[in-house]
Amino acid sequence: MAWLDTIIQGILLGGLYALFAAGLSLVFGIMRLVNLAHGDLIVLAAFLILVLVSALGLNPFVAALVAMPVMFAIGWALQFFLLNRTLGTDILPPLLVTFGLSIVIQNGLLEGFTADSRRISVGGLESASMALGPINVGVMPLLTLASAIAVIVGLNQLFYRTSLGRAFRATSDDPITAGLMGIQPKRIFATTTGIAMVVVTIAALYLGTRANFDPTIGPARLIYAFEAVIIGGLGSLWGTLAGGIVIGIAQTFGAAINPEWQILAGHLAFLVVLLVRPRGLFPRAVD
Amino acid sequence: MALLETRNLIARYGDFQALFGVDIALEQGETVAIIGANGAGKTTLMRSISGILANQPDAVLFDGEKIGALPAPDIVARGIAMVPEGRKLFPSLSVEENLLIGRYGRTVEGHWNLQTVYELFPILRERHANPGTALSGGQQQMVAIGRALMSNPRVLLCDEISLGLAPVVIRDIYAAFPRIRAAGASIVVVEQDIGQALKVADRVYCMMEGRITLSGAPSDLTREKIHAAYFGVA
Repeated sequence: MAWLDTIIQGILLGGLYALFAAGLSLVFGIMRLVNLAHGDLIVLAAFLILVLVSALGLNPFVAALVAMPVMFAIGWALQFFLLNRTLGTDILPPLLVTFGLSIVIQNGLLEGFTADSRRISVGGLESASMALGPINVGVMPLLTLASAIAVIVGLNQLFYRTSLGRAFRATSDDPITAGLMGIQPKRIFATTTGIAMVVVTIAALYLGTRANFDPTIGPARLIYAFEAVIIGGLGSLWGTLAGGIVIGIAQTFGAAINPEWQILAGHLAFLVVLLVRPRGLFPRAVD
Repeated sequence: MALLETRNLIARYGDFQALFGVDIALEQGETVAIIGANGAGKTTLMRSISGILANQPDAVLFDGEKIGALPAPDIVARGIAMVPEGRKLFPSLSVEENLLIGRYGRTVEGHWNLQTVYELFPILRERHANPGTALSGGQQQMVAIGRALMSNPRVLLCDEISLGLAPVVIRDIYAAFPRIRAAGASIVVVEQDIGQALKVADRVYCMMEGRITLSGAPSDLTREKIHAAYFGVA
């Protein structure tokens, strides 16, 4: 039964990685923009939730709800005023600018919060568990996976059931022709990043409540997010969930063999998928 | 006052000048054809009017308003829609979604909606769930025209809509023009097919090397005059 437990724990861990990756996938899917500051923005959101919890005494889940519109506004402004200027045929400018942004966020957080490790407490929920048949699972990991699925379902509904979603896809296909339809591509891109930052806030809630964090851990989260996005297939949201789960399962199996192999096993799974299916498990039909 | 007018319109791609002081006018209810060989500047003229290429504000006037410097979304909002060369359907959208995106952000109702576009091109109703780009060239062109109509434009710009299509398909597409005009749209059509242009237009402009070289009603234009203006030889 240990293997079943390992698989389930891996799937649950995959939910967290899928949350890390969903925002990155969204931004890449619409704008072909690789945001190297994505991990740092998750950490920034975690600190924002921490501040709201400690300064206002809010429940972390309520604090995350308060943080979401703030992060949306930050994402919107970041894209509209800065990142839109870097978009074009050359992929280097957005990479350089977001790399610089990553450094700015890390150093800003170090200045403001020091390098100490932090954690957002959710009280008894941290250790609460429930029985799923013969397996016991933690409530927080279960909530994380449920949130990841809810985020993916929500984003898919937005993309395929709304007028705004059509505008997202049209702009992603061809921003110039989208302009001829009355769509303002720069605003669509800004809205995309704003929504990605809302997802980032959800990811930050679970990052901050399930593990310690400090201003410098963003780049490592970025790597997991990248791997999940690439395993799933660039721009595919369900693929991103699958990618997160693949990494999660690989890591828990690695840890079951030897705790030192946990991270390595995730990276190896990524390399294997890259070798076998270079476009990922569920690549978009249109690229 | 003309509904749509360009005055001394100049367009450049970097250092390359593509248009040299182009003046055209479109009256309410009119169909105007722009003819010319490849590279004459016809598509550049369409891109300038539709806001893809920015110009001096007073280089394009719509209903007396200076719109030359406005971006494409603002031009559409004012009532000028374009059917771009090559159709440019959105590959990730179905036929119906391609049509619906044409009225993005519009709240004002007009003659054109899904129902009336499907009546104009019935085949699109049958193919509504297919990806737009999975259709034949002629059907794609119908989607592109329907998409532009969905914004209920006062001016419809059609850039090379017959390019690469079979004659029977071209005939079907142009057969929709009277209904489009009857619904209130004035039309600018860019054509390389001179015969087709003369058949459909109230007035014709001929372009060569970024300049208007001839204009007039089809009945006033002789074969020799068009030949000279089109190819630059007498």
